Amino acid sequence: MDVIINMLRNHYQDIAAVFLFVIGMTNLLLQQNLIKKIIGLDIMDSAIYLFLASKGYIAGRTAPIVVDGITDVERYINPIPAGLVLTGIVVSVSVSALMMALTICLYREYHTLNLDEIMMKIRKEED
Amino acid sequence: MSKPNPNYKGSFWEHLAKWLRGEYDPVKGRLETKAVAKKTAGKEEMQSFDQSIQKIGKYDMRMFEEGIDRQVGRYRVVYRILSVVTVVFLISLLLWTVSYMPNFGDPNAPTNNEVSQRYIEKGMEEMGTVNIVTGMILGYRAFDTFGETCVLFVASCCVLFLLRVDREDDPQSAAVEEMNDRHFEPRNDTILQKVANFLVPLILIFGIYVVLNGHLSPGGGFSGGAIMASGAILYLTAYGFKKTHRFLNEKVVDAMKAGALILYSFAITYFLYTGANQLHSIFGPGTPGNILSAGLIVFLNIFVGVEVACTMYTFYTLFRRGGI
Amino acid sequence: MITFSMVLIVFLIICALGVSFSRDLLISIAIYMAFSLIMSINWLILESPDLAITEAAVGAGVTSILFFITLKKIHSIRTTAEEEKKDE
Repeated sequence: MDVIINMLRNHYQDIAAVFLFVIGMTNLLLQQNLIKKIIGLDIMDSAIYLFLASKGYIAGRTAPIVVDGITDVERYINPIPAGLVLTGIVVSVSVSALMMALTICLYREYHTLNLDEIMMKIRKEED
Repeated sequence: MSKPNPNYKGSFWEHLAKWLRGEYDPVKGRLETKAVAKKTAGKEEMQSFDQSIQKIGKYDMRMFEEGIDRQVGRYRVVYRILSVVTVVFLISLLLWTVSYMPNFGDPNAPTNNEVSQRYIEKGMEEMGTVNIVTGMILGYRAFDTFGETCVLFVASCCVLFLLRVDREDDPQSAAVEEMNDRHFEPRNDTILQKVANFLVPLILIFGIYVVLNGHLSPGGGFSGGAIMASGAILYLTAYGFKKTHRFLNEKVVDAMKAGALILYSFAITYFLYTGANQLHSIFGPGTPGNILSAGLIVFLNIFVGVEVACTMYTFYTLFRRGGI
Repeated sequence: MITFSMVLIVFLIICALGVSFSRDLLISIAIYMAFSLIMSINWLILESPDLAITEAAVGAGVTSILFFITLKKIHSIRTTAEEEKKDE
C-alpha cells in the first residue's frame, strides 16, 4: 500500500500521461467510428506532450522568462521540453486536419463513418 | 546431416518457410470481413446489400448471435480479446517503467543537464530574447522550426488536393457545394454580426500583440498565428465569403503562405551566400527587453505567425466549401 | 497545489473516458474541447505559459472548429444524398 501511495505522490503526472495514452490507444483499437478514432489519436498526442513537459518541470522554480536580468540556473525550469512540445502541438493539428479530409472523402464515397461497413463495401466492389 | 522429412509437404514448417518467403498468407480468406449479399449484378442487388448493411449497423451486437457471418463474428471476438490483452500489457509495462523514473519535480533528474544550463545562462546574452523558449526554437534551432513550418505548408497542400472543388472546370459540384453552404450557414444573423463587430478587432489585435511580443512574453508565432486565424474565421462565419473576399481572397492567402515560407528560408540561410562565416544574425542581439531587439527573431516570429494563420484559414475554407 | 493538479488530472481522465463512451459525436467533440481547456490549465501549473497559450488557441479553438465543420460537412452530404434518392 505504501508503495502505491509513494508512487502516486512522486509520479502523478507521469501516471496521468500513461492512463491518457492507454485510453487513446483503446479508442483507436476498439471504436468503429472514424471521427472517434481521430479524437483518440489526439488524446494520445496530448498524453505524450504531458509526459515530456512533466520531465522538464522542477519544483519551486519559475517559467523560463528572464526576470530582472537574472540568468541563474537555479531559478528557471528546463526550457527544452517546452520548445519541443510547442511545435508538436501545431503539427498535430495539421495531422488531424489531414485525417479529417480523408474521412470526408471516404464518407462521400461510401456514405458511412463505420470502418467495418466501409471495409465490407470495398470487398463487395472487389468481388 | 539431417534426413529429409517424409511428411514435409503440407506440414507446419513448409507453411512457415513459404510465409517467410512471402508466398503464403496465413490469414488470407479466413479472418477477413466478407460481403453478405449474394453475387448478382445490378442495382437491385446493390440495394438489398445496402439494406443488409443497415440491418447489421442496427443490430450490431446481435449480429454474430444470429449467425449472419460466423467468420466475421469470430474475427471480431478474437480482435477484441487481443486488443484488450495488448492494452493491459501496455499499461502494466508503462507503469512499471514510470516507477523507475526520477521523481516529479526533481532538480537532479538527468534531463536537467548542461544543455539546458547553457540555454538559460547564455540565451539572453547571445540571442537577446527575454523568453528563453523563443530564443531556443527561433535562435539556436531555427532550422528545426523551418522544418515544422514546411510540415504545415505540406499539410495544407494535401488538404487542398483532397477537398478542392474547381469552380471553373466543374460548375456542377461547385453549385452543390454552394447550396450546402447556404443551407447550413444562415447569413445576416444580427446577434452574431454585432458580437463579431466587437470581437474580431480585439482578437486580431491580441494575435498581432502575441506575435510581435514573442521574444518578450509567452507566445510567439505559433500561438499568435492560431489566434489571428480564429479572428478571421469568426469574421467569415458572421459575414460570409463575399465580404471577406474584399480583403482576403485566394490570391492573397496563397501569396502570404508561400511568401512567408520563402522569406523564412532566406532569413535563416543568408549567411550561406555571404561566405558561411557567421551563425549570428546581422542585426545583433540589441538591448534585451526592447521591442526591436533580438535580431532576426522578431521577423522569424512574424513569418511563422503568417504561415500558421494562413494554413488554419485555408483548412477552414476548404472544409467548408472546397475553396477560399 | 498538489491537490489542485490531482483534481485537474482526474478531470482529464474523466473527459477522455467521456469521449470514448458518449453516443453522440457532437457531444464527444464538445468534451474533447473541455479536455483541451483543462490541459491548458495544466500547462500553466507545469510552468509553461507558452504551451498554455498555444493549447488554448490551437487545441480548444481551431481543432474543435475543424471537427465541427467536418461533422457539418458529413451531415450536408447525407442530406444531399437523401434528396437525390427522393427525386429518383
